[in-house]
Amino acid sequence: MSRMARRDGGLGVRGQKDGSLTLTGSLPPAHGLWRLAWRRLLRNRLAVTGLGVIAVFGLVALLAPLIAPHDPSAQNLRETFEPLSLNHLAGTDNLGRDWFSRLLYGARLSIAVGLFAQLIVLGIGVPVGLAAGHFGKGIDTFLMRTTDLVYAFPDLLLIILLRSVLGGSIFTLFLIIGIVSWVDIARLVRGQVLGLKGQEFIEAARSLGASDRDIMARHLFPNLLGPLIVVVAFGVPRAIFIEASLSFIGVGANPGVPSWGSMVQEAYAAIFSSPHLVIFPSAAIALLMLAFTFAGDGLRDALDPRTEVTARPRRDIEEPTSPALPVPHETDTELPRAA
Amino acid sequence: MAIYALKRLLWLIPVLLFISIVTFGLMHAVEGGPWDEDRSVPAAVTENLNRKYGLDKPVWRQYINFVTNAVQGDLGVSYQRQDKPVTDIILSGFRVTAVLGLMALLLATAAGVSLGVMSALNRNRLPDYAGVLFASLGSALPAFVLGIFLIYLFGVKLQLLPTFGWDVRRGLIPGWLPPIEQMVLPVITLAALPAAYLARVTRASLLDVLRQDYIRTAHAKGLSRTAVLTRHSLRNAAIPVLTVIGPITAGLVTGSFIIEQLFSVPGTGRLFVQSVTARDYGLIMGTTLFYATVIVVANLAVDLAYAFIDPRIRYR
Repeated sequence: MSRMARRDGGLGVRGQKDGSLTLTGSLPPAHGLWRLAWRRLLRNRLAVTGLGVIAVFGLVALLAPLIAPHDPSAQNLRETFEPLSLNHLAGTDNLGRDWFSRLLYGARLSIAVGLFAQLIVLGIGVPVGLAAGHFGKGIDTFLMRTTDLVYAFPDLLLIILLRSVLGGSIFTLFLIIGIVSWVDIARLVRGQVLGLKGQEFIEAARSLGASDRDIMARHLFPNLLGPLIVVVAFGVPRAIFIEASLSFIGVGANPGVPSWGSMVQEAYAAIFSSPHLVIFPSAAIALLMLAFTFAGDGLRDALDPRTEVTARPRRDIEEPTSPALPVPHETDTELPRAA
Repeated sequence: MAIYALKRLLWLIPVLLFISIVTFGLMHAVEGGPWDEDRSVPAAVTENLNRKYGLDKPVWRQYINFVTNAVQGDLGVSYQRQDKPVTDIILSGFRVTAVLGLMALLLATAAGVSLGVMSALNRNRLPDYAGVLFASLGSALPAFVLGIFLIYLFGVKLQLLPTFGWDVRRGLIPGWLPPIEQMVLPVITLAALPAAYLARVTRASLLDVLRQDYIRTAHAKGLSRTAVLTRHSLRNAAIPVLTVIGPITAGLVTGSFIIEQLFSVPGTGRLFVQSVTARDYGLIMGTTLFYATVIVVANLAVDLAYAFIDPRIRYR
């Protein structure tokens, strides 16, 4: 035992004279794989640019009340359709509202929708996937049939229906987008758990008497972090996209709330006379979405070096792939394990 | 295979039941009914209308009635459109949506596959970077943003193309296709995302194939470049591409809400948005169930098609 421990530098167990056992050797450097992934990420210039742009938008969202030159909702009917000026950096709309301030507050809504919707997605999807994969049998069948049912519901239809029932406050938007999007995560987590379940470290934990909760929370979950980060990196822009699209067709955020989607829609009527009112919010959405795409691609490549862009889509019967969402490929054992 | 297909079709029953219950429940949870107008209607009129359409019965009773009729192919009538049968409205809207979706599918496949092949054959050279850039842009831009940029460029700046409308009466094929100039912008806008996705998949798949031993063998036995490309590389690279075309088709045919709204195309998507805001119960139920059926059947068709394309896939 002790010789083996010395040879591979890992942990070993040595018997003491009094019959007790002590641990020998040292743990390998913690989070080595995370550091490697981080280094790979920093080498990817597009991804770093994307992350930088996201950080700037995030700052703007946080500091919107401090940097906005005007109240985003204040109307001034004597200054409608002002051109770009130092006072109104992006002009004003048909109600005389300062478009630049509205743009800044729009970042707030977009980022908030992206993040909080993902929290709800994770809050539903991870436990469902963990439970289905870990317990198997009846629970698995039940949970997976449920996700199949939700999956068959046309996304946008369900969103629009829920929106008309629950109303358009910001929190219901988080909730609605979360309710509709958790299925993909649940399936991903279940697939990962099924792959991990048979491995020795889970068996070891079980034979040491770990409870189901311990196994799920301390052994399975940490191994899911890598794939989850990638899914969230693609989920955030998807939520932002859904909110903007909904607001654009008039069933998103409540009227008056500064949202890039509704700004585009409001200004669309005036596209011939004041095209910049439409162009600015559209460009903001485009820029943020691009940034997330590059960052997400970079994270995927960094956390799962085996995949290259989109490898052969693997299909099996239970899991139809969705065309709009590039689901990251399965990673299994390469990510750090819980000690 | 036949048993598998049958099982999948039977799965449609619980799916439709679930969706109809959820939709029905949600619809009736919304405050207000189909008779709410800007001008208030006398209570007696509302009562009579409710009685005529059976809306005075308890909700569960209404649901049972709906299901009994729906099973017989009768989805009820639209409250907003002079009692026109919902089935007729949906089918006439779907003709527009389906034509739009199929045009976009053709464009997306042609553009996406050729870009992907171009990228893969010129790996890490200028055409590759251009292709990858297009694929990233296409998959990152929301459809309505792209649509607006196109409208601004071609409608406002250049004044070349109309920015709205889908008039099938004076089109190429009357009743089916609108005039070409009306199709250009909506079709391009709808095709951009799937084209970008197809370009990515094609590139990755072809790169994967080009690495294989049998390609080297083909070159080694003296086949010309074109022969290797057409007979060995492209044929094998096509499998993953074909597999994603299925879901893309379902997505295109059912997912054009925003484009229909943006370009005022009178398809099913726009119909649905309008029916939700108008509380047109019959039309909401009909559209939702119709879309769900289309999606389930399309997914089934795709899964079955794989077995023909790729003999390695077996269904139990």
